[in-house]
Amino acid sequence: MSEGVFEPRIVVFACNWCSYAGIDLAGTSRIKYPHNVRIIKVMCSGRVNPEMVLKALVDGADGVLITGCHPGDCHYISGNYKTMRRYFLLRKLLKQLGLEERVRLEWISASEGERWARVATDFVEHIRRLGPLKLKEVMSSE
Amino acid sequence: MSDKVKVALYWCASCGGCEEAFVDLAEDLIRLTEKVEIVFWPVAIDMKKSDVEALPDGSIDISFINGGIRLSEHEEMVKLLRRKSKVVVAFGSCSHLGGVPGLANMYSRDEILKYIYLEAPTVVNPEGVIPKEVVRVDGQEVELPKVLRLARALDQVIDVDYYIPGCAPPPDVIKRALDTLLSGQLPPKGSVLGAGSRSLCDECELNKTKPEKISLKDLKRVYQVRLDLSKCYLAQGVLCLGPVTRGGCGTLCIKGGMPCTGCFGPLDNVKDYGARALSYLASILDYDDELQAEKVIEEYIVDPAGWFYRYSLPKSLVRGRYQGSGGEVRG
Amino acid sequence: MSDVRVGVYICHCGKNIAGVINPAKVAEFASKLPNVVVARDYMYMCSSPGQSLIEEDIKKYNLNRVIVAACSPRMHEPTFQAVLKRAGLNPWLLQMVNIREHDTWVHEDTPDKAEEKAKELVAAAVARATHLYEITTEKAPVVKSALVIGGGIAGIRAALDLANAGIKVYLVEKRQSIGGRMAQLDKTFPTLDCSKCILTPLMVDVARHPNIEIYAYSEVVDVSGSAGDFKVKIKLKPTYVDWSKCTGCGTCVEKCPGKAPNEFDEGLGFRKAIYFEFAQAVPRRPVIDPRYCLWFTKGICRVCSKVCPVGAIDYEQKERYVELNVGAIVVAIGYEIYDMTKMVEYGYGKFKNVITGLQLERLSDADGPTKGRIVRLSDGREPKTVAIVLCAGSRDEKHVRYCCRFGCAAALKHVYYVKHAVPDAKVLVLYTDVRAFGKGFEEFYQKVRSWDDVYFIRGRPAEIFEDKDGSLIFDVYDSNTNQLINVRADLVVLESAVVPPKDWEPLRRLLKVSCDPGGFALELHPKLRPFETTADGIFLAGTIQGPKDIPDTVAHAAAAAAVAIGFLLKGYVESVPYLATVNEDLCSGCGLCVSVCPYDAITIEEKEGRRVAKVNVIRCKGCGACAATCPSGAMQQHYFTDTQILSEVSTLAGGAK
Repeated sequence: MSEGVFEPRIVVFACNWCSYAGIDLAGTSRIKYPHNVRIIKVMCSGRVNPEMVLKALVDGADGVLITGCHPGDCHYISGNYKTMRRYFLLRKLLKQLGLEERVRLEWISASEGERWARVATDFVEHIRRLGPLKLKEVMSSE
Repeated sequence: MSDKVKVALYWCASCGGCEEAFVDLAEDLIRLTEKVEIVFWPVAIDMKKSDVEALPDGSIDISFINGGIRLSEHEEMVKLLRRKSKVVVAFGSCSHLGGVPGLANMYSRDEILKYIYLEAPTVVNPEGVIPKEVVRVDGQEVELPKVLRLARALDQVIDVDYYIPGCAPPPDVIKRALDTLLSGQLPPKGSVLGAGSRSLCDECELNKTKPEKISLKDLKRVYQVRLDLSKCYLAQGVLCLGPVTRGGCGTLCIKGGMPCTGCFGPLDNVKDYGARALSYLASILDYDDELQAEKVIEEYIVDPAGWFYRYSLPKSLVRGRYQGSGGEVRG
Repeated sequence: MSDVRVGVYICHCGKNIAGVINPAKVAEFASKLPNVVVARDYMYMCSSPGQSLIEEDIKKYNLNRVIVAACSPRMHEPTFQAVLKRAGLNPWLLQMVNIREHDTWVHEDTPDKAEEKAKELVAAAVARATHLYEITTEKAPVVKSALVIGGGIAGIRAALDLANAGIKVYLVEKRQSIGGRMAQLDKTFPTLDCSKCILTPLMVDVARHPNIEIYAYSEVVDVSGSAGDFKVKIKLKPTYVDWSKCTGCGTCVEKCPGKAPNEFDEGLGFRKAIYFEFAQAVPRRPVIDPRYCLWFTKGICRVCSKVCPVGAIDYEQKERYVELNVGAIVVAIGYEIYDMTKMVEYGYGKFKNVITGLQLERLSDADGPTKGRIVRLSDGREPKTVAIVLCAGSRDEKHVRYCCRFGCAAALKHVYYVKHAVPDAKVLVLYTDVRAFGKGFEEFYQKVRSWDDVYFIRGRPAEIFEDKDGSLIFDVYDSNTNQLINVRADLVVLESAVVPPKDWEPLRRLLKVSCDPGGFALELHPKLRPFETTADGIFLAGTIQGPKDIPDTVAHAAAAAAVAIGFLLKGYVESVPYLATVNEDLCSGCGLCVSVCPYDAITIEEKEGRRVAKVNVIRCKGCGACAATCPSGAMQQHYFTDTQILSEVSTLAGGAK
């Protein structure tokens, strides 16, 4: 780590109705959390394909957070159940690939601004402890 | 002789099946030799590397290279063939996607060598000898090719013009690909030849027997169930990778009572075969309860990497088990 | 991509953004990004001059993509989309970047990092914008009729409001008569006149209204279609009486020798095997209950068919089905009382003289099983001491967590009932809080508190015991006076917890309505839209959305009707812009998208000898689950295609250079 503290780069998927709104609420409530998170809006967490998660890691992210509505609250009824199942299977694959600590699924409701700040802080620190991933460099070099 | 197309065939980390696939062309192989002159085919013709080196650059019209890239020797030979060829075709799953040898990327090179030469239950190696790249024998230095850190597909080492998919490519596919290549009307660079542009379900006769909604309560291994060969295997709870796999093979495995294992690889728009496969499989499991879903996935899907990346691990986004540790890269 | 021309606009939002980062620097950074033709910063982008700035630039620079970096798109996306429309651009060529809620408002302490983040978010948006394309929405006509499920006061009110607006209404009620819970009440606060007196005129209005068709003793068994065009299947349960012949004379009921427990009277007293729900039933057409009818159980009697002057009895009658086509559905199926036998400590179900508040209503009702006399159920004697237990089952982690909302008001009313029926009775109100909100309720509470022989004890009995003579004995700790009081009561009334109907799950799933942790229907927004659901075209009226008293129920139902009327009279529904869309060349017809669609919006069709997926643009609500499931990448989602999302992912993962 040549330039001092390692600043993780975290990509976050957030669903329009719950988690994006919850993250907005953290903003309106002026709750501070680390700058390292970059939010991508989707209509439903069910839109998130595991391919996107892997692409984030390969393209330089040190960690990926998938967020969505709590089970039972999905605006589109069952999108988050699919997200959950895909995440469990993806996590099992990531475990085999030695990457399971780098991806996390969290349910954030529209009223959970505080919780978002905690989740973001927690995950950023978790990734900071793991260190930079540098996935593409590691897996392309000879 | 001079207006025959000059062709080379080479094998890297290969099982030999792709060579056999050519032979499976049967009578078509004989007709082929009327149009084609084979200038290099180690398995069948006694030619040396130096013969290839002696050829002018670009004088081979088409090189068909099969097998994955695992040794420095493979890397050297394919780079040589690239220089000497106008068109390079990655032939078969191993050169197209990395193939089954690609699954070696789940382990580090050291782990593999140690296991094979020291730790495997049937190994007797009291002196703990592991092959080295250079060894002195009878006063002389003997070299072995270096094992590369990761197994690779062909286009991760050289520029590849076309791909012929399959493990091994079926004769029909090879024939169609050869017709295209020898026709003079070459498709866009990077195309997959001889195969379809849609997934296997498009040509599978069992597709129309699918119920309107598939919702699986459990997954069965092929040996655990008596498949009804007239109904979609996925709907019966067996993991068939037909939906995510490029078609064009004529559903040979399906017709043989086996679900598709994905040897033709992904379709053009797909960036990671395994990720797409796991996405649809997880989506159709019938469990909304978190604990139950987790339990079912733990119990029924024992080896996601092996199931979803059987042929394509080196070409997947992650390429294998992450071999960094806190940023440190081992050579 | 050389024909992509991007304009980037960075808002200061006063000091909200500009107080933390330098918008001009961000604009400068943006101007160097690929395809960016113009990049500006401005004080208030959403203001009139700000909007004009964008509009003029679009025309001047021939822009075909617009990026606005400002507040959350949930706030102002429609505002800026309107700007694009005015300038002649398709609104879906806009991409907003959230640099306020997601950046400057939360990263004040690290302003340079906040600025870096803003630049990266803008770069990601510019990358995504190159892949945006025009999207148009489609319209479909709406069927101008409504289904109201449930004939209680909520359903009645909603039906009348809808019918008065000229909309054809089908009112489905599972019991023999409409009226619901309000018909079971004796008196209603504040006028304390009889509940049926204010209810029955409305019931008659419903029966007489030319636009309302009542399906009583019927249930909804299937719902398909989507907002504006629902196909509903109603099951008409067999009544064994031909209602088209029946005149409602009631002779059959009078002469019937059969005896059945009376559900309307909450299990107190009996009714006949052929019966009306209650005396003022609408429709006035009886039903035979085969479980208690002597003909159905023993093969004897048939008195009703002998005395019926028009021969309307039909023992062979079968259930019938009716298909309705409606544009909107109002769910008004009400609530149930929590099963008090679950509270073993209170002895309900074991001890005869422990009753629920609703049972007290039936006792107090002049039309009830005791003709209005409040008596002990064990021996029919008047009670001298009555204990009313508030929050029986409510606000309790072991039973029902939430407040029942009307229990306190009902308890005060019940004090009035008892004192009115037995003037010298002693009434103890055992409470945790007295929640007497609502107009006139506090005044009523103070009045009741002042009555002789009425005691308010702040505590709940831990366990109730029964004495040999049926009286109930228990201790209660009064936290107001710090005293343990021993009580001997003739009658204990439990103001019980309120729960959603226990068998509404199948209907809920048919309608695709979510439920809240208590099992009540989930509203679209608890403050601003409590009578709508996330299911388009389906509205909530009354206690199915949560416990409430009658005034709130009526207000809620009228609001649901008003929104439903607006929806139906608009005349059309619009498709959602970010729809699923199939690339038919790539689609193999594998059908996995059909399996995951929660709206049944996708079908597999035969096309030129191949099977391909087809999306119904009105049913699709744009969740994208199909696109994420599609193994070939053939299914995409407008405004959220793989290419668009991945370009954002790539830029944000790699960091903008």
